[in-house]
Amino acid sequence: MNPADIASWISDAQKAFSAASDLDQLKVARLAHTGDKAPISLASRSLGTLSPEEKASAGKLIGDAKAAIAEALASATDKLEASRDAKVLLEEVVDITLPVQRTHRGGLHPISIIKNEISDFFIEQGYAVEEGPELESGWLNFDALNIPADHPARTMQDTFFIEPVESGVVLRTHTSPVQIRTMLTQEPPIYVICPGRTFRADELDATHSPVFHQVEGLVVDKGITMAHLKGTLDNFARHMFGPDVTTRLRPSFFPFTEPSAEVDIFFNNRWIEWGGCGMVNPKVLATCGIDTDVYSGFAFGMGLERTLMVRHGITDMHDIVEGDLRFTRQFGVGL
Amino acid sequence: MRAPLSWIKEFVDIPTSITAEQISDGLIRVGFEVEEIIKQGADLTGPLVFAKVLSIEEITEFKKPIRYVGIDCGEKTTRYVICGATNFAVGDLVVAALPGAVLPGDFAIGARETYGKTSNGMICSARELGLGEDHSGIMTFTEGTVKIGDDAIAGLMINDVIFDVAVNPDRGYALSIRGIAREVAGSLGLKFSDPVDALRELTFAETGKGVTAKIADKSTASVFYLRTLSKFDPSATTPLWMRRRIEKMGMRSISLVVDVTNYVMLELGQPLHAFDKSKIKGGLTIKRAGKAQPFTTLDGQVRQLDPDDLMVCDDEQPLALAGTMGGATSEISATTTEIALEAVRFDPICVAKNSRRHKLSSEASRRLERSVDPSLAQYASARFVQLLTENSSAVHVATVVDGEPRFSPVVKLDPAYITRTLGVEVAPATIAEVLRTIGCDVNEKSFEVDPPAWRSDLLTPADFTEEVARMIGYDKIPSILPPRPLHASLTPTQKRRRAIAQMLASRGLAEVQTFPFTNQETIDSMGFVGERAATYRIANPMSEEFPLMRVHLVPGLIEVAQRNISRGAKDFAIFEMGSIFRSSQKLVPFISPNISKRPDQKIIDQIFASVPPQAYHVAGLLVGKVENEDWQGKARAYTWQDAIAYAQDILQLCNLQWTVKRSDFAPWHPGRCAELIVDGKAVAHAGELHPRIVAKYGLPERSVAFAVGLSTLPDSGLVRPTTVGTMPAALQDVALIVDAEVTAAQVETALRSGAGELLESITLFDRYDKLGDGKISLAFSLVFRAPDRTLTGAEVTAMRESAVAAAVKATGAILRTA
Repeated sequence: MNPADIASWISDAQKAFSAASDLDQLKVARLAHTGDKAPISLASRSLGTLSPEEKASAGKLIGDAKAAIAEALASATDKLEASRDAKVLLEEVVDITLPVQRTHRGGLHPISIIKNEISDFFIEQGYAVEEGPELESGWLNFDALNIPADHPARTMQDTFFIEPVESGVVLRTHTSPVQIRTMLTQEPPIYVICPGRTFRADELDATHSPVFHQVEGLVVDKGITMAHLKGTLDNFARHMFGPDVTTRLRPSFFPFTEPSAEVDIFFNNRWIEWGGCGMVNPKVLATCGIDTDVYSGFAFGMGLERTLMVRHGITDMHDIVEGDLRFTRQFGVGL
Repeated sequence: MRAPLSWIKEFVDIPTSITAEQISDGLIRVGFEVEEIIKQGADLTGPLVFAKVLSIEEITEFKKPIRYVGIDCGEKTTRYVICGATNFAVGDLVVAALPGAVLPGDFAIGARETYGKTSNGMICSARELGLGEDHSGIMTFTEGTVKIGDDAIAGLMINDVIFDVAVNPDRGYALSIRGIAREVAGSLGLKFSDPVDALRELTFAETGKGVTAKIADKSTASVFYLRTLSKFDPSATTPLWMRRRIEKMGMRSISLVVDVTNYVMLELGQPLHAFDKSKIKGGLTIKRAGKAQPFTTLDGQVRQLDPDDLMVCDDEQPLALAGTMGGATSEISATTTEIALEAVRFDPICVAKNSRRHKLSSEASRRLERSVDPSLAQYASARFVQLLTENSSAVHVATVVDGEPRFSPVVKLDPAYITRTLGVEVAPATIAEVLRTIGCDVNEKSFEVDPPAWRSDLLTPADFTEEVARMIGYDKIPSILPPRPLHASLTPTQKRRRAIAQMLASRGLAEVQTFPFTNQETIDSMGFVGERAATYRIANPMSEEFPLMRVHLVPGLIEVAQRNISRGAKDFAIFEMGSIFRSSQKLVPFISPNISKRPDQKIIDQIFASVPPQAYHVAGLLVGKVENEDWQGKARAYTWQDAIAYAQDILQLCNLQWTVKRSDFAPWHPGRCAELIVDGKAVAHAGELHPRIVAKYGLPERSVAFAVGLSTLPDSGLVRPTTVGTMPAALQDVALIVDAEVTAAQVETALRSGAGELLESITLFDRYDKLGDGKISLAFSLVFRAPDRTLTGAEVTAMRESAVAAAVKATGAILRTA
């Protein structure tokens, strides 16, 4: 057990390992320097023939040598594996820019998206979302809203009537009957919005559709003033059209509000009519059994198509109603 | 309603420094939308002169008649022009644009060669001068109204600003220059002179016996003025200034008598009707038609009267449809010399009904149904007498009156109510001042307010509040958020609908919204029958092609699919959510309680119940391939399984349990339609569309669809989860041979029932239908797990055998070995 011999076994192994240029050559070198026939293995096996004293010192020498050789092997293996990986994985390169999406692109209808957005905005402010039927009682659609038969206001809205006409059932001309239903079934304070589909006998053209959507808001509470209406509309307009939008109320006429107003927005450098609003006519509150000495309220309503068209710069109603997928898909799910 | 600035200025002192735009803004501020500001004459330059036609040479060799016309323009020599109109004769007075003139549309007039002649100018129609749409011929004038050679721009008062104002239905008074002028003055803080002031004391000498006037029922009309005039020379002509004002208002000059009635109506707002007195038998009475009978209105139409129509009648027959249109028999004609002039404050609803029943909206009915100042019957008829006698030989004979004007009551106001409603402090003095501006008498101590005669809409404190708000300006109201409830959320139903739409959209379906209209042919071709085919009919549909309410969502989806296919789409999936309208309920007669107070709860319930239920559905249509084919290879087509899977995914999203059975159900393929059942109710159908429908509508073969009745789904209950077991699971596979008619669901149900409570899941992992003999093989994988222990081999085998035994018993299955 000559220490010099042991040192040469180590350096031979180190040299052989570092000389290996690939993992196959390293395997040959490993067998030569760590296999059964390797000098270190033979020396290790001959330890048993030595005296206890010699065994202790030689055993340590051989143990250290084995560790040194193993370390050299591990280091060479790491190095050669890394270089092999670098080469092989490079050969497996692909064009990751290839188009991979094959599934159909779905999406919500833009009217659903804007309806959801408006609903979420008002829910956050504590308003509930109320809905009602599209075939509606004429009393709820007109009379209860202070639009008597043969009043000129009734002809403002070209109504679709259901047969037999004596039933008075109509395709609702606005979502206002939902306000009446709400006031007839709930006690104030009432804070609701009513989005939904509405119908008027207008020909389909670039800006009109016989089937369209509205969202209306109704608040009935103690001490409600027209200033609250204005504040609510300002807040709503900013949410829909951005922080820089300004609103303007113009006197107008609706049988169910008094005072009544049109609400305009100043958007893209011009005034645009957005919707109608006003203080709920005390006559309407009385019809619903609400004590007008205690409660007052405001209401507003706008067209969803119009809001969508103004906000997104859509110029043709046909795109909204025809269901062409190329149009709808652009909106995704509204995120 | 049009309003020329020149006419407004007659009643309002408008400083020249105020622009048309400022006047328009002022009108908008107080609630009158100005739809258009027409600057007449702004794009017209002369020379434009009056001329007389001296000669007409008809040129006939061209396709249309052409005239070579000699005109006297007050020049030394006759001027010749080419003209395509034929509505004039030698001696007529016309307007000529001379070379150098520029007409609207940048149309420069010069001497030019045309039709083989030299045309030295142009004789003009109203439209060519930008005065209106009338281009039926050139403008002609009667002798004496214009002077040859005079400047026609000044003569025709062309340079003017005309405001086209939208008038809301509660403001009938503003359908007059008097009303618009008052609003301009009020908005801009200018002085207003009421034209009625000069008429209040106007009386006429009685020179004979007048036609009698009677209102049979005072609820149909409050006051009736009937003024008789005679010695009218029918050759009298309308003065040019009056004709031009009428034309600027968008009406046509007809004859002096008719023009004066229209002029007074435009000026003051009171419709008038002039009868040829010689055609009246006896006196005039306002009464109902009483019986159905034909009646010819002066537009030449024969109308069938309703017994309820309100008429102006003589002793023998109806002469006019009250407040709407006169009759042909008593119309003013070219020989009329005696006139009976009617001015009535009709009940607005009576006129509205007349107008509605005969689909006849006239200038008169438009005003009367919006309510006319009841004092105007007197003043407007006086104004008529004044203008007609000033401009013709007519003399007043007598005035007969029946009834008297009814005015709105005095209202006691609480100034604090106005502040409380508007949310801005308005001083009582300001309120009084504003209300006086609009014509009210105000007692500032008691705040008793007497509205002006023309404001029948001012009845309640809310009505006066709006007046105060619009006159102080809506911009004075501050912007404040109301107090609001702390919390709100979507209802479970709303959440469910939204989640379903989101799921379908994010899985590649595009949402569409179709019109909910259909027709019988579609219903029939879908194969809907019985209750599923019955629906409501629209009395006045947009088009006779779609007169019915839809009974199903799939036909609308098919229409959208066709449209997309015709535009080049091949493979896609769409869905719609919305109501369908099967007529499950017979409609009852209109329930219409009085609105002055809350109706009885019983009545309210009846009204709610009178509205038929409208089911809310979601449906999808899947056509072509599941994916877009691309460089990665072909894609498979949509199959019945995809449609059923979507329907089941929707139920799963709602956390419901369901069973499946095959169903023969329109519009699906009778062998390939699944019915999904929840709580014993069929809630959804899905599968392949009927091949007949696919072929008829040109859809890709084997297109598939699903429909789920969302409003029939029960609420999902609170989830009570079982604890998740951590003991090892034991897997067992069984393959069973059954008759091909036996369904997978039957076998699975049997296996479940036999396997016992420790069965955790069951999966059909293979189906083999090539066995022959009408047999198929179904292979299931069963997973067993106990919550508290590892199952022994013997236990698992026993459970498996029990499951198989149950399947054998229920379905005649044979265990397949090896």
